[in-house]
Amino acid sequence: MSTQVTTFPPVEIGVQTDAQTKTQPTNGHAVTLPIYMDNHATTPVDPRVLEEMLPYFTNKFGNAASRNHSFGWAGEEAIETARERIAKLIGATPKEIIFTSGATESDNLAIKGVAEMYREKGNHIITAVTEHKAVLDTCKRLEKYGFRVTYLPVQKDGLVDLDDLKRAMDEKTILVTIMAANNEIGVVQPIAEIGKLCHEKGVIFHTDATQYVGKVPMDVIKQNLDLVSISGHKMYGPKGVGALYVRRKNPRVQLSPLIDGGGHERGMRSGTLNVPGIAGLGKACAICSEEMPQESCRMAGLRNRLRDKIMSSLDEVYINGSMEHRLPNNLNISFAYVEGESLLMGINDIAVSSGSACTSATLEPSYVLKALGTGDDLAHSSIRFGLGRFNTEAEVDYVAARVTETVQRLRELSPLYEMAKEGIDLKSVKWAGE
Amino acid sequence: MSYSEKVIDHYNNPRNVGSMDKQSSDVGTGLVGAPECGDVMKLQIKVNPETNVIEDAKFKTFGCGSAIASSSLATEWVKGKTIAEALTIKNTEIVKELALPPVKIHCSVLAEDAIRAAIGDWKKKQASAVPVAVEAK
Repeated sequence: MSTQVTTFPPVEIGVQTDAQTKTQPTNGHAVTLPIYMDNHATTPVDPRVLEEMLPYFTNKFGNAASRNHSFGWAGEEAIETARERIAKLIGATPKEIIFTSGATESDNLAIKGVAEMYREKGNHIITAVTEHKAVLDTCKRLEKYGFRVTYLPVQKDGLVDLDDLKRAMDEKTILVTIMAANNEIGVVQPIAEIGKLCHEKGVIFHTDATQYVGKVPMDVIKQNLDLVSISGHKMYGPKGVGALYVRRKNPRVQLSPLIDGGGHERGMRSGTLNVPGIAGLGKACAICSEEMPQESCRMAGLRNRLRDKIMSSLDEVYINGSMEHRLPNNLNISFAYVEGESLLMGINDIAVSSGSACTSATLEPSYVLKALGTGDDLAHSSIRFGLGRFNTEAEVDYVAARVTETVQRLRELSPLYEMAKEGIDLKSVKWAGE
Repeated sequence: MSYSEKVIDHYNNPRNVGSMDKQSSDVGTGLVGAPECGDVMKLQIKVNPETNVIEDAKFKTFGCGSAIASSSLATEWVKGKTIAEALTIKNTEIVKELALPPVKIHCSVLAEDAIRAAIGDWKKKQASAVPVAVEAK
């Protein structure tokens, strides 16, 4: 195996650096540090989105519900424009878009809203083990209220098995909630098929599409979706705003609101609308409608370049989750024999995240990786890269080189690597800490 | 999470990284932790058979920055100490020296375990050593 590693002078960890420009030796392009590659956690606000929002903080500050003066009308206009833009991005009608404070609230509203409204019809909900905590914790709460929840397992590639879903459904099932794309491993679920199955059985289908919308084309009719959660800050919009698509026809979905107080958003979500945030979300969606095809193609190219550079320089590197059914910008890799947090420490000029227990507040390794059947040792060795609109090829090359160099350095420090090289089967060792 | 300067220093410039001959009768090897837990430390000591002084120590660690720093520090501290002195090293001292936050205390505990395991292994070797036959004059 030939190793082409560009060595860089070690960057001092812990030192607050203002953005530094480093010349990247392999192609002479400059990269500005630190590099942000954690776009599944959040995204920077696109300058065009910020520009769209500003007037609603300054001169067009009216409450959109003020029906009697121009300040209110300006706010209302912004809201309705945003509604149209969001609807267009997902193939819905504007009346079907409800604004919330974010995808977490949208998930709560969808799941609890259906549960309460359709209680007479049934009390069974189906979800999957790899869902975001906004869905899992909501389901756990409903279990306390007497609802029965089935948590479907996933296959090794991260995908739900449609036969498992079919078998789990019964006459008391009122809701299936399965995410369109996973935030850790980027795996995309077969939502159109899931939706089709749900409609055949008369079950409502909700999908948390936080990571999906704006990256992969969505059509709520063609994909048989009844409820869709959307988040502003995952698509170069502001934090604190999101939306929920609520189908009005075939079937008409009704929700019990979570929040009372004035009956805004067709009674489904009371509260003065966050006009600047919503204007921003609308603009973010409009940009995605325009630019998604080229952008997703470019993302996939950058992601594949990063993957190929890393995998051609290092051995025993494993991709977590299906490469085929995956978001174009996600890469989740385990580097055997190297622990995730120590790797992050070594690439401290790059913002990414890890599935290692050491990086979580609870000291639990990633439950998503666990659900794939990835051993805990490889879960501890995983890094998640989330590429985005503002990442460049030069940055990808720099990151690939830094990751490679750091993994090699840490493997020299690793007793596991040493044992593996000696031919010891680590799975057969009786560890003192077990 | 921000790391203390000392943890950063040990991470960037780890002391005594490497391996000794496991088979040697002067070497004690401690291997603690488990890959599933995200922490494995191997700490080895070379003990002078006459003086019982730890002449050299080496380590390798699979774990976070705090774990690497704890084990690196452990090798620094045991060098030059007698076996008895090394046994008095407490994890709390490692926590203090590296300014480890509460969530990382277990890394220091593992380092203390590694020292004890290495010493334990060395002691076992001494106990089972075949006495050298004295050449009859």
